[in-house]
Amino acid sequence: MTSVAIEVFLQTLIAGLLLGGLYALIGLGMTLIMGVMKIINLAHGELMMVGMYIAYWMFVLFNIDPYLSVFIATPILFFLGIALQKFLINPVLKVEAILPENQVILTVGIGMVLANLATIFFTSDYRSTPVSYATNAFYLSDYWKASPIELSLSVPWSVSFILAVIITISLWFFLARTDTGKSIRATAQDTDAALLMGVNVKLMRVVTFGIGSGLVGAAGCLFLPIYYLFPSLGGQFTLIAFVITILGGLGSTIGAIIGGLILGVFESMTATYIGMGWAPVGRFVIFVVCLIFLPGGVASLLKRKKLGK
Amino acid sequence: MSLLQVKDVSMFFGGLAAISDVSFDIQKGDILGLIGPNGAGKTTMFNVVNGFYAPSKGEVFFKDRKISGLQPHQICKLGIARTFQVVKPLQRMSVLDNVIASAYLRVNNKGEAEDIAREKIKFTGLHDDIDVISKGLPLGKRKKLEIARALATQPEMILLDESFAGLNPAELDESIEIIRKIKANGITIMIIEHHMKVIMAISDRIVVLSYGQKLAEGTPNEIGSNPLVVEAYLGEAESA
Amino acid sequence: MKKNIPLIILAILAVLPLTGTSTYMLHIVILVIMWSIIGMSWNLLGGYCGQVSFGHAAYFGVGAYTAGILYTKFDISTWWGIPLCIIVVALFSLVLGFIVLRLRGPFFALATLASGEVMRITAENWVDFTGGTMGILIQKRTWVDKTWYFYIILIIAAVTFILVKKLIHSKLGYYFVAIREDQDAAESLGINTTLYKTIALCISGVLTGIAGAFYTSYMGYIDPHVAFALHDISIITIMIVMVGGVATFWGPFVGALIMVLLAEFIRSMPGLGTAHQTFFGVLLIVIIIFLPNGVVGDFKKLKRLVGLGRASS
Repeated sequence: MTSVAIEVFLQTLIAGLLLGGLYALIGLGMTLIMGVMKIINLAHGELMMVGMYIAYWMFVLFNIDPYLSVFIATPILFFLGIALQKFLINPVLKVEAILPENQVILTVGIGMVLANLATIFFTSDYRSTPVSYATNAFYLSDYWKASPIELSLSVPWSVSFILAVIITISLWFFLARTDTGKSIRATAQDTDAALLMGVNVKLMRVVTFGIGSGLVGAAGCLFLPIYYLFPSLGGQFTLIAFVITILGGLGSTIGAIIGGLILGVFESMTATYIGMGWAPVGRFVIFVVCLIFLPGGVASLLKRKKLGK
Repeated sequence: MSLLQVKDVSMFFGGLAAISDVSFDIQKGDILGLIGPNGAGKTTMFNVVNGFYAPSKGEVFFKDRKISGLQPHQICKLGIARTFQVVKPLQRMSVLDNVIASAYLRVNNKGEAEDIAREKIKFTGLHDDIDVISKGLPLGKRKKLEIARALATQPEMILLDESFAGLNPAELDESIEIIRKIKANGITIMIIEHHMKVIMAISDRIVVLSYGQKLAEGTPNEIGSNPLVVEAYLGEAESA
Repeated sequence: MKKNIPLIILAILAVLPLTGTSTYMLHIVILVIMWSIIGMSWNLLGGYCGQVSFGHAAYFGVGAYTAGILYTKFDISTWWGIPLCIIVVALFSLVLGFIVLRLRGPFFALATLASGEVMRITAENWVDFTGGTMGILIQKRTWVDKTWYFYIILIIAAVTFILVKKLIHSKLGYYFVAIREDQDAAESLGINTTLYKTIALCISGVLTGIAGAFYTSYMGYIDPHVAFALHDISIITIMIVMVGGVATFWGPFVGALIMVLLAEFIRSMPGLGTAHQTFFGVLLIVIIIFLPNGVVGDFKKLKRLVGLGRASS
């Protein structure tokens, strides 16, 4: 390999890892909801879109930096998620219907409404957030003069990545150390057992949907400085979240993080070496290969010893 | 002649053995009772014979043909039908349609399938409920529906998984009668049951499983007087 | 009497163009019939066999593109796309089925959703073959008048109707419902669930593909966003069946009628056009919560609700 080829490869890898860190955050929200509620939330990307619009308007109207908006968008999305779960999804869990997929279809309906309302209120224009540091970058040659190759690291990408890592670690602490977190994990593992142990499963479902929504809202804020914003962007992120969830293994948090990183790198590689337009196809190739060859996702590799039924 | 042979079958789940090195034969026309404490591996054994699981080790032969590793539908086609401990009726179908769906295994024509189904429904005493949607049936009748459905596949052998659990005494007597009638029709039966009196009364031979291993095998009398079995299982059942 | 209802409807429809119906009306009726076909085919797989597909656009699009590519690459009339797509879509369904049918429930749903999206992206990027995002424009239209299009889709619908009716009352129909109700029980009753799910998928895919091939001939233009649309095809298909009634025979017709009329109504109202997704989304939510078996399946409940409304007002 020539030094240019190495440079391209490493640059692609870095871009992929940074993207993957953000993807992991999106996937985490989905995998939590799926683990606890056993339903797929197809409005996940649309919730992220809502988070992004909140951060966008905070920036445009009050000049609040998108990264600070994490503290605004996350709680709003948390309560939005709780409301959706309590007033729309919960009633459907009780309705007797031929197809159990009704809940999934319901979330499609929610997603449609959210995306369409955004179009009505904010038009379908593509928007970008002109933060002052948008094009800033670190260059390897600035730090290591004799470096044989040149690599760059975009400032907003790096900040978003680091914040995503911090949020992920906080979530981990929450799930591992707090009572609510433990109850959520118990509900995900075995609803009946959790009920017997006195866990308020109903409440945990509501809270989990809130947390999942809050997480993806935070992810939206982190994406804003580096991505275009338009009302229909939700669909592709729903799919990304889902691919990550499958790749990582249903309901597995570590799986979702690893899955996010793998997907980020893979997409970045596809974009560089095959073509920009094909990156989404790469996403599905991973998805299909995983479904066929690794149905339990990364999580099944991590706990091969776990007892199956 | 032995109809079904289970040879050195082991079933591991992630390193834990649910069944280890179990062998036994079933003679054609017999009733074989499979007993043992909870978690002994009885239902797992059914799942192996019926094809839901491929055994980790060992083989199962049916009429001298190896069936372990085949799909459940293939094994059913060869002539082994089963019922489920946790009943699995086709919920939104009527009793008749439930049985028709399984009668279609041997015939392709609606009329013939319906004839078979009606006969089996009568056989199991469900004819008064023939048009009831199976979701609305009480447990006792659902258990009968399981049997009717299994019989409609016209099997040579039938696996009954706790068809008596949760029945009241009157239903119990009816079900014992049904099983005797199945045997009279020449169908071989393997049955999992917790009611010791029932199993002792109807079985020709009994296999006792405990912690996945075969503890004993013999006639009901031999099993009843086997100290190992009495200690591990019967004593516990008596005191319970 | 009840037995003759399909014949009466068919007879009324058959004379419809002779009564001097406006071109616009005929267009609406053609759309309703086309969507009924797609709805019926989805219902066969989703409603009866229980395999909820979120990606019927994949079959629709492959059918549509089969017709379109015949025209652009081989200069053959798009109408040949209808017979040809039976083979093409059947093969496509087999390949896709091999991947998606090993999955159950929500996994199946999402794998199908992804398959529709993969097809769209492929069609966008494989410019040499599909014309990319520029799409395919059929310059030589067969007829200007809509009458013949109407009769062709009516015949396709009648054939579909008979086929589906025969199917659901046959052994296949029983097997499909058994698989929907309990896959493990079905398997242990000797039903080769993989085989019968594949059959359901192939029939469903081919019928949808035929509708797609018709669409190309009828509309004269397709592009990846139209033919492989997630919302405007895959989701609308689900909505038609949900609104009409899952696993009911007449559900797809009723659903198609309601949805097409609703879409036209919203489009005709000034200022409402951009909000049509909101209307559809809210309708979907309302249907799922209050009429989970659709207008046909919950007809009694609906009558009761309407009746109550009248009594109290």
